Amino acid sequence: MNALSIENLNVSLGGSHVLQGVTFDVPTNKVTALLGRNGVGKTTTLRAIIGLIPSTGEISFFEKAIGGLPTYKIIQMGIGYVPEDRDIFSSLSVNENLSLAARDSLPNYDLVYALFPELVTRGNQRAGTLSGGQQQMVAIARALLNKNELLLIDEPSKGLAPKLVGEVASALSKVVGHATMLLVEQNLELVKAIADHIVVMEHGSVVFQGDPKNLEDDAFVLSMLGVSGGLH
Amino acid sequence: MDTFVLITITGVGLGALFFLVASGLSLIYGLMGVLNFAHGTFLTVGAFAGLWLSTQVFTSSSTLTFVAAMLFAGVAAGLFALLVEQLVITRLYERHIDQALVTVGVALVVGAILSGWFGNDPRLIPTPHWFINTLTIGKAFIPVDRFLYIGVACLLLIVLTSILRFTRIGLIIRAGVENRTMVTALGINVRLAFSTVFFLGGFAAGVGGVLVGAYQSGVSPLMSGSWLIYGFIVVVIGGMGSLWGSALAALLIGVINQFANYYIPGLGDFVIVFLLAAVLLTRPQGLLGKVGR
Repeated sequence: MNALSIENLNVSLGGSHVLQGVTFDVPTNKVTALLGRNGVGKTTTLRAIIGLIPSTGEISFFEKAIGGLPTYKIIQMGIGYVPEDRDIFSSLSVNENLSLAARDSLPNYDLVYALFPELVTRGNQRAGTLSGGQQQMVAIARALLNKNELLLIDEPSKGLAPKLVGEVASALSKVVGHATMLLVEQNLELVKAIADHIVVMEHGSVVFQGDPKNLEDDAFVLSMLGVSGGLH
Repeated sequence: MDTFVLITITGVGLGALFFLVASGLSLIYGLMGVLNFAHGTFLTVGAFAGLWLSTQVFTSSSTLTFVAAMLFAGVAAGLFALLVEQLVITRLYERHIDQALVTVGVALVVGAILSGWFGNDPRLIPTPHWFINTLTIGKAFIPVDRFLYIGVACLLLIVLTSILRFTRIGLIIRAGVENRTMVTALGINVRLAFSTVFFLGGFAAGVGGVLVGAYQSGVSPLMSGSWLIYGFIVVVIGGMGSLWGSALAALLIGVINQFANYYIPGLGDFVIVFLLAAVLLTRPQGLLGKVGR
């Protein structure tokens, strides 16, 4: 069974047809990377999945239709969302950011603090004063506190220094196995390290989906990603 | 010096009333982006509810009666605010211009109903006997009711701050003021926070309605007009969504208004509008507001 199935997803924003019949599956207990150049509709796809923007088409989460449901109900079904710009609450403390996100009766603080020990010492610090990497830790931690079946993670390495990208990649690789993951990412090194399944988008449509190894032989799709010479 | 003390304390008292009107406006705009022009009717409905309780249920104008009238007015206005939110606002989420227009409509309709029912003549709200007393500070004789206004506003500020600071719903409201979309993306039904904010805002306005009725010697369907305008000015100067910003702005406006009216009689309103323009030009987000959302 797929954790997530998307069929013929269409989104129009401001008169522009941003997603044009997007169709792909996210296999259970695997990391699916959603790739494509800037502006092809990756973030829009994630936002449409959780109902933050109106869409048409079919979205199924473990075979339950979630299209048209309010965002909070979709999330409560067991989806964790890490947005592109982190969107942490800058005026709240780190502890308050985590507390707000905790839905389960027994939130998994042990896992979060094991992955990001720095958050323990910075619990009372205002989240807005954290560095970009620390803010990303808070954003990912919020999604890991609850027993989510699916994590939607949007460009976790965006805007981070190379050293911090490594830390985020390390954290994500530790998260693998805790939940199915749909990862939007431009950093192909990071994708290579953790992705089991790849979906490539171009102009609001899916042009490739499958095993990363198959992508290496597809020069046309690789050219759409701006890659020459394969992923390795 | 005595004049300075008198004007300062009466100004703070006036600012306390402004805060009671503005606190709900600020939270409602900060969380929901709703310019609620019906907020003045919360004040009026609260004032009439307090008037009804203190004249129809109680027979004496004791302190207990007045306190009961304030609490009853707060609850009545809070429930009325909740009704407006459920019947009108929830159907117009994200349609901010429609929300503004429809709240103007609610204000007009409620005002017309109250006018038809009670007439426009002010009705005296019973106050305790000590209301007409003065307290001597130095050689200044300060009306004691001003201290009541200040005390109630301070109490409400503490209660609202405690709710915002120490409860989960308060945490949701604070987060929602900053980024409502992300709150829903954490699996939180933000509409519960909307309803709570409307009730709290209505409660504050209702309590304010009884105090404003006592301050201006009468309750009438027309009483909320200028108070609502001042409420909006307080919210803009203090910063949309900032409770403490509203408190600071209300204090400033109350005191400056009183001093301006004393030294340049009749120009108090002009000075406040000038202050509003100055803040908008130099610090558009308000004194304690944040830039953007």
